[in-house]
Amino acid sequence: MRHEVRFSGFGGQGIILSAVILGRAAVIYDTKFAVQTQVYGPEARGGASMSAVIIDDEPILYPKVTNPDIFVIMSQEGFEKYGANAPESAVMVLDSSLVQSRPKCTCYEIPATQEAKQTLGRDIVANIVMLGALVATTHIVTEMALEKAILDSVPKGTEALNTKAMKKGIELAAAGSKKA
Amino acid sequence: MTKTEFWQGNTACAEGALAAGCTFFGGYPITPSTEVAEHMAVKLPKKKGVFVQMEDEIASMAAIIGASWTGARVMTATSGPGFSLMMENIGFAAMTETPCVIVNIQRGGPSTGQPTMAAQGDMLQCRFGSHGDYSVIALCPASVQEMYELTARAFNLADQYRVPVFLMADEIIGHMRERITIPEKIDHLSRRELAAGKLPFQADTDLIPGFATFGKGHGVHVTGLTHDERGYPCTTNPGVHAALVQRLVNKIENARNAIADYDVINPDARQVVIAYGAPVRTVQQVLHDRKGTDIGFLRLRTVWPFPEDALKKFNNARMFFIPELNMGQIAREIERHVKVPVISLPKLGGDLHTPAELIKDLEAHK
Repeated sequence: MRHEVRFSGFGGQGIILSAVILGRAAVIYDTKFAVQTQVYGPEARGGASMSAVIIDDEPILYPKVTNPDIFVIMSQEGFEKYGANAPESAVMVLDSSLVQSRPKCTCYEIPATQEAKQTLGRDIVANIVMLGALVATTHIVTEMALEKAILDSVPKGTEALNTKAMKKGIELAAAGSKKA
Repeated sequence: MTKTEFWQGNTACAEGALAAGCTFFGGYPITPSTEVAEHMAVKLPKKKGVFVQMEDEIASMAAIIGASWTGARVMTATSGPGFSLMMENIGFAAMTETPCVIVNIQRGGPSTGQPTMAAQGDMLQCRFGSHGDYSVIALCPASVQEMYELTARAFNLADQYRVPVFLMADEIIGHMRERITIPEKIDHLSRRELAAGKLPFQADTDLIPGFATFGKGHGVHVTGLTHDERGYPCTTNPGVHAALVQRLVNKIENARNAIADYDVINPDARQVVIAYGAPVRTVQQVLHDRKGTDIGFLRLRTVWPFPEDALKKFNNARMFFIPELNMGQIAREIERHVKVPVISLPKLGGDLHTPAELIKDLEAHK
């Protein structure tokens, strides 16, 4: 089953890294197929950045996202540019501390940036909180695969912080703030 | 043991080069090829290789040509504007029969155009961009796996035929990340050293002279001027010039079938799509979704020398469709070889043809 995940936020939040981690989790640890692409324009330096991952059990032929069914949105501008048109059948995980709008589709409100700052002490791990919440709500990859891919990808010395951030995301998803 | 990775195309290209034994990279970074240079800059010194960031792209070509004459496997990587700058020394490499690998991660042109968007607009430039008559080899990857494998093959072809070999990728394949299985080992075909008693530009029966590696005791003069078999300038003898240029072309064109790499799918179909590089992925998706055998597909990995015999495998073809990220550069080549209509499906701007667009084009000509 092909899933197309679209990540958007602003430059510096780790939108592209999130997509790379998710793709890596799928390919290396869940032995699935994945293709990750991204928008390379100047928006990656401040405006709305966007990255996408396609995950499938079968080899992926067409590599570009055409009908995303899962959205991870971390900024208002990102919502407007890349999330506002999400179809009703889609699932959206959004950072409710930064995104004011709400979509028509099923939506999980995760106060990732707020929690990262207040509970974990570093807002830089907000994207990892979002990844935890994404996997807890959609099971697009296994939690074990996600954790390993995170540990492969983050700087040495930050492993504990990032694991905590992922667990925080899973916990926030379970606490539930789903709006159908 | 094979190993699975989740790599970017440009990383796979650099790793393929390292696996092939590339020990010298001279280049100047340019989007969307920069990751190739970055990766080589990190990895080459650790393998006792040399990475040099040159002042520009023509100097990059000069550097790899010089390094190649020491016997090294050499590479550079660039995109449109840098590729244009390289043209003079690409001709020099062709004339001096210097093995080298040139990676072009194509972006939208002309000029600085679209640095971050994909194109295939340099397909004729890589074949004809430098002045005078010569022939080259160009390979087109359509996956991260092929970025690795075709880069590795490019080094073998360069050494075997003593010719610049181009890896003509595009921004989509260069920048996307996907699953890649690293082969346990890759074939290594060595450059043939000049035999004792032979002159440095005296060709063997395959039209390729043995290589007079610098520092191995051969007396050799290397010049871009028309030269005799000793390598000395001989610029006013029409016969010498004609024979040399004819040989430079024939050594590649005569080996067309040995160099050719392509897949023939559904050879009995009446509608046949021909693609190379990123548009291959669109065609694959259409064939997968349609499940039938009514659409033929010639999927090219070698574009130059053009593997024209492959066209003969489609006996029932009534029409060829060529989706390209340019205004029909290879469609024009195919028109030379077939008698049925060739429908060019150009796409400019950086986006890939969608499967729906391709199906619509095929239906429109049913």
